Amino acid sequence: MKLTLKVWRQKNNADKGGFVSYPIDGISKDMSFLEMMDVLNEQLTEKGEDPVHFDHDCREGICGMCSLHINGKPHGPQQTTTCQLHMRSFSDGETITIEPWRAKAFPVVKDLVVDRSAFDRIIQAGGYVSVNTGGVPDANEIPIPKKIADEAFDAATCIGCGACVAACKNASAMLFTSAKISQLAMLPQGQVERKDRAEKMIAQMDAEGFGACTNTGACAAECPKGISLTNIARMNREYFTAAVTTENV
Amino acid sequence: MSWVTKTLNSTLGRKLLMALTGIFLILFLVVHLAGNLQLLIPDNGESFNIYAETMANNPFIRVVSIGNFAFILIHIIYAAVLSRQNKSARPVNYATSKASTNSTWSSRNMGILGTVILIFLIIHLRGFWYEFKFGEMPTAEYGGMIYKDGFKIVSEAFSNILYVVVYVVSMGFLAFHLSHGFASAFQTLGLNHAKYSPLIQKIGTGFSILIPALFALIPIVMYIQSL
Repeated sequence: MKLTLKVWRQKNNADKGGFVSYPIDGISKDMSFLEMMDVLNEQLTEKGEDPVHFDHDCREGICGMCSLHINGKPHGPQQTTTCQLHMRSFSDGETITIEPWRAKAFPVVKDLVVDRSAFDRIIQAGGYVSVNTGGVPDANEIPIPKKIADEAFDAATCIGCGACVAACKNASAMLFTSAKISQLAMLPQGQVERKDRAEKMIAQMDAEGFGACTNTGACAAECPKGISLTNIARMNREYFTAAVTTENV
Repeated sequence: MSWVTKTLNSTLGRKLLMALTGIFLILFLVVHLAGNLQLLIPDNGESFNIYAETMANNPFIRVVSIGNFAFILIHIIYAAVLSRQNKSARPVNYATSKASTNSTWSSRNMGILGTVILIFLIIHLRGFWYEFKFGEMPTAEYGGMIYKDGFKIVSEAFSNILYVVVYVVSMGFLAFHLSHGFASAFQTLGLNHAKYSPLIQKIGTGFSILIPALFALIPIVMYIQSL
């Protein structure tokens, strides 16, 4: 495949940045998107140019490290992570526009790398249980209905990649935060800090400068893990209930 | 009351205010439509004028109407506050965006739709509400009682094709606003359930078509009658 890559280049956060076009040839349709980026970077390195910086780690679709806004969509045209996106999703001769996630709370570090530690701070604010849960519990030791366990697990599959923020017209982190609140709110271990958690995590989410929710559903539509909007509704219930029932005056 | 202000100033609290005022305004639309459809009763405005007078003198309705104006204001103010907050959350925009593949146009443009409805509202209030309340109104007599002849003001206004077009087009914008707003308000309140959400979606779609269509019918019919 022969392609033209229109890549966002930005030296650092203070730099204004801009698009640079790179023609690239000999790309196999069986390559993953990141392998294609590797080919580009090898060529740039050989020419003595600065390679394009982008985030990646496991390349198995489970770590949440890869990002990239490809042709107007987070993680590109397929509902998957960028590392699991393959070049067969593109056509020969196509121009592919590659941008970093755009959000005030995700400042650009360099090129396509953004700082997503705002998500870590939301988790630090309350996305944990402080009780000692001991070792791995035996099967069925803690009675939880299968349906609830499945729902909690579905929420827990959020890998924190930030595609929800990238897709949202308001750069809102509600889908991420709601998944992290939900996964604990539904389980017995999460009950002790349930109300505090909702209040603290949402306060942190707001402090990071993410936008509000317009219920467009773009986040869920683009989420590589299929986290659903029911989590946002649950978060709202958790938050409003906490607001009127906690003793935090 | 710090917990109240803290809650209502959060992104979720602001959305809660949008949803609650939105649902109230949805209810208001139903009552307003029920009253206004009486304009189409062929009795030269008698039912409508008596109804309007009763409403204007009912203390309960007067309180609700003050609430209605307050809720409209809250809905507008918080829409502006949230729009600003949301815009500042993404200082640099994408060069390419395929938002149409993941969300509806209405859901992404509630602010624009709302702004057009606001402009309509100003025209509407100036043309009718202000005239009814403070203007020099013609009168009509039914059963020995003198009533303000609002029907006359309305039918004169709707004999002007320009006015009719403004009303009908505005109802189109209202339809798109409601097509997202109705179900969205329930989601914001946390009312999302496998049993009820599909029903809420369907009622929302039906509501967003039926109510604006019936509102639009009034100027159209009155224009035809004026010919």
